[in-house]
Amino acid sequence: MYKFYKTGFRNPNLSFKEKIYNLNLTYFFFIFVLSMIGVLMLYSAANGDWKVWALNHAVRFGMGCLLMGILIFIDIKHFLHYAYYFYAVALVLLVVVEIAGYTGMGATRWINLGFMKLQPSELMKIALVLALAKYFHSTTLQNIETIGGIVPPVVMALVPAALIMAQPDLGTAMMLLFTTAIMLFVVGVQVSKFLFVAVGGAAMLPVAWHFLHDYQKQRVLTFLNPERDPLGAGYHIMQSKIALGSGGIFGKGFMNGTQSHLNFLPEKHTDFIFTMLSEEFGIIGAILVVVLNMLVLFYSYSFAIRTTSYFAKLTIIGLSTNYFLYIFINTAMVLGLIPVVGVPLPLISYGGTVMLSVMASFGIIMAMYVNRDTNLGKD
Amino acid sequence: MNRDNSKGKVLIYRTLIWGAIQLFLFVVIIARLYYLQVFEADKYKTMSDENRISARILVPPRGGIFDRNGVILAGNRQNFQAMIVAEQATNVDDTLAKFKKIMPLSEAEEARVRRDIKKYRRFVPIKLKDGLTWEDVSRILLAAPEMPGVIVEDGLSRAYPFGKQMAHVLGYVAAVSENDMKNDKDPLLETPDFKIGRIGVEKRFEKLLRGKGGNLKLEVNAVGRIMKEIERVDGVPGTNLQLTIDSRLQQKAYDLFGEQSGAAVLMDVNSGEILTFISMPSYDSNDFVLGVNQDTYSRLLFDEKQPLINKAIAGRYSPGSTFKMIVALAALEAGVITPETRFGCSGKMELGNHLFHCWKKQGHGPLNVVEALQHSCDIFFYETAQKVGIDKIANMARRFGMGKPTKLRFDDEKAGIIPDKAWKLENLQAPWQAGETLIAGIGQGYVLTTPIQLAVMTARIANGGKMVEPSLTKVSKSKIEKFKDMKINKKYLDLVKEGMCSVVNRPGGTAFMSQFDYKGQKMCGKTGTTQVRRISMQERQTGIVRQEDLPWKYRNHALFVGFAPQNNPRYAVAVLVEHGGGGSSVAAPIASKLLKEALMLEEGN
Repeated sequence: MYKFYKTGFRNPNLSFKEKIYNLNLTYFFFIFVLSMIGVLMLYSAANGDWKVWALNHAVRFGMGCLLMGILIFIDIKHFLHYAYYFYAVALVLLVVVEIAGYTGMGATRWINLGFMKLQPSELMKIALVLALAKYFHSTTLQNIETIGGIVPPVVMALVPAALIMAQPDLGTAMMLLFTTAIMLFVVGVQVSKFLFVAVGGAAMLPVAWHFLHDYQKQRVLTFLNPERDPLGAGYHIMQSKIALGSGGIFGKGFMNGTQSHLNFLPEKHTDFIFTMLSEEFGIIGAILVVVLNMLVLFYSYSFAIRTTSYFAKLTIIGLSTNYFLYIFINTAMVLGLIPVVGVPLPLISYGGTVMLSVMASFGIIMAMYVNRDTNLGKD
Repeated sequence: MNRDNSKGKVLIYRTLIWGAIQLFLFVVIIARLYYLQVFEADKYKTMSDENRISARILVPPRGGIFDRNGVILAGNRQNFQAMIVAEQATNVDDTLAKFKKIMPLSEAEEARVRRDIKKYRRFVPIKLKDGLTWEDVSRILLAAPEMPGVIVEDGLSRAYPFGKQMAHVLGYVAAVSENDMKNDKDPLLETPDFKIGRIGVEKRFEKLLRGKGGNLKLEVNAVGRIMKEIERVDGVPGTNLQLTIDSRLQQKAYDLFGEQSGAAVLMDVNSGEILTFISMPSYDSNDFVLGVNQDTYSRLLFDEKQPLINKAIAGRYSPGSTFKMIVALAALEAGVITPETRFGCSGKMELGNHLFHCWKKQGHGPLNVVEALQHSCDIFFYETAQKVGIDKIANMARRFGMGKPTKLRFDDEKAGIIPDKAWKLENLQAPWQAGETLIAGIGQGYVLTTPIQLAVMTARIANGGKMVEPSLTKVSKSKIEKFKDMKINKKYLDLVKEGMCSVVNRPGGTAFMSQFDYKGQKMCGKTGTTQVRRISMQERQTGIVRQEDLPWKYRNHALFVGFAPQNNPRYAVAVLVEHGGGGSSVAAPIASKLLKEALMLEEGN
């Protein structure tokens, strides 16, 4: 009786129809618009060719929607139940990448599944959020406020982060740690502990510098002074700033970005796509994309507040934080606010793994929201 | 339950804080966008344009140079050049190595190519080799697929069809030096491979011949490939230039000199237009256009006959007996001699402790000024010079254009020296000696003139004392009328002219052998033979060494100045043959043939 009350007093198992009814279509609309902006920008990036990237991007968005749809209709209890298993699988895949991974772009990041390249680090971003959400869902605030209580989640984050760092993929590892830190913050870990780690981290900085790869050191140095080597490492960020700045208020017009189309701008279809958009559509286009993303996040956090169970709230916060980090790191990077770390702009940049990973995140967020009134027990 | 409640509250509270932080970070992003895209937009727009727009200068074709009859003397020839475009070469070293197998490059050439590749932007074609033959072109094009970045272009290069014959008139064009760039801010000079007039007419009329560069704005991509033309402003081609040189006369003079060294200038006595302007031996202007070969250059530089020196304007020589007209005019004007004054010549003359000799050992006997010119008697002019004094002689010489550069305005022209008392005091810090006046009286000693000055002097005598100036370009009638009268008594000029006509046309005249009579038109002139070594007293007693026995550079210079026809003269000529021997035997025949040719050609026109 008690158990029933805990798990399903308020309609524990929604019917398919009820789930559809519970969906938030405005949220999906923002995601859809952002993806279509991506399709348009990729069409421009290929100098007016659908086939190079744009069509593929649209197809991937379609696959992402499918994945999202499947996730929405998975029973919320399963997320809670399988969170640790999912985390374990992701961790194993990371180890596999480390041992027998496919080497591309100078970094080992993928497992070649034949039809697509699986990036376990992306999988881990979601798995870690679910695992941490499950951990904190099951523990008490008292426990959270003790050192012993936060050792398991910190270890859960540090192990995959170390593996990803070794690939080496500094950007993803940093995102993982940031997401974890934010989750620790929101669940109520004392601010003093963060300060302690921050001071300790600052003291460790020279040691960390020693362990950075040369190209990573270059990126940091270049960030600190982009004019240091305008034809070498600083070239990308300098050209990105020129492209952005020259876009002005209204932009140079669709397909008319000179910096992009004359190839001064590197990686215009992936990491620097926001630059290209800002060049062609000016600050108006740039702010539109930023605002759409803010709306996506605003909705996400609203969902978190609206949902009943702690697990659902924390999962949404973790995944949204992850999405926020993508947006912030990418835009801040192309705007020359932080070093170039190789993080794409989700939904707009060309890239299959990230598209599927964020669409899966949105699927899980929606699944949580659909079951907003479900009060989960301790599993 | 309580704890669970507060756990949820903490979560919401902390999430709101985190939300605020995110909002703040988005504001930072938007502020940064505003800063870059609105506040600093202009700066980045400029940088973006600098990135994409490549401005190039369109080099206008250089003006052609023609002779007085429209014969081309300098033009632009199609020049096949092998170039390398660094951005198109996958590996510059590799491409260069392969190219060298087909067309050998000297070390200096390769160094220049590498320097230029660094100097210019990567899409600028850098010259590897020019002046390619059709055969070279086909060999390069065959191998081109293996040498990415190598292209063959046909540009224009300067060509001088007359080569050596016109070298000292035209000069040549050559690569731009740093000094040129300092003095001339025309952006054309900065274009790779631009050629600038280095000497001669090419330099004198550089501005006219060069034209004005055009502008081409191209849109280029990041690697420098041209995407499209944005704007084109065509330049102004160089102006064609017509000279007063007659290529046929020039050819004649060139042939007459043969292997001999020296200079000749033939000009119109009324207008000053120069028809012949030659300095021998010469060099080939074409050798300098594409950068002179080191061997050729050192051979020219160390040749004792100095082919690189324009002797007509930059060679300074004692005028010798050709100076005697000046002495005679100075004396007549000063009144120290009259047309009737006679001096006896015994072959030598004593002044102080020194003995001065006439070229004719046994002497000429008594003669007046006309006869003295005819026989070129030295004693007569020693006496005359002594009476008139150096300052008046110098003054007369200057009125005839000596001692300063002519109005030809060639940078390498020399002034020569017309000495007087003040000059010696200033330059040698010593007082003038009486004996030096005598030496100057026969055009030796300190007196130095250029062949063109001698031609101008002769022209001014021949035209009745008009202050004509030499010119290589057409002189208008109004300008001719503006030549001032030198205010020399016509009687004296006629007397000197009579003396000059006797030199050629009376038996016993020093150039009697060179006379001609072309339809009643005859030549008048004056010979000159100048020593370049001092004859010692001892040598004079034991017998002077014969000219043929001396090394070339110790032999006498031979000079002749003349005009024709004898009445209403039209042409004046000055001929100098370095170490050629006697003025009458070597210089006069050349002058005679040139003047006759000029008269004959005139009729043909």
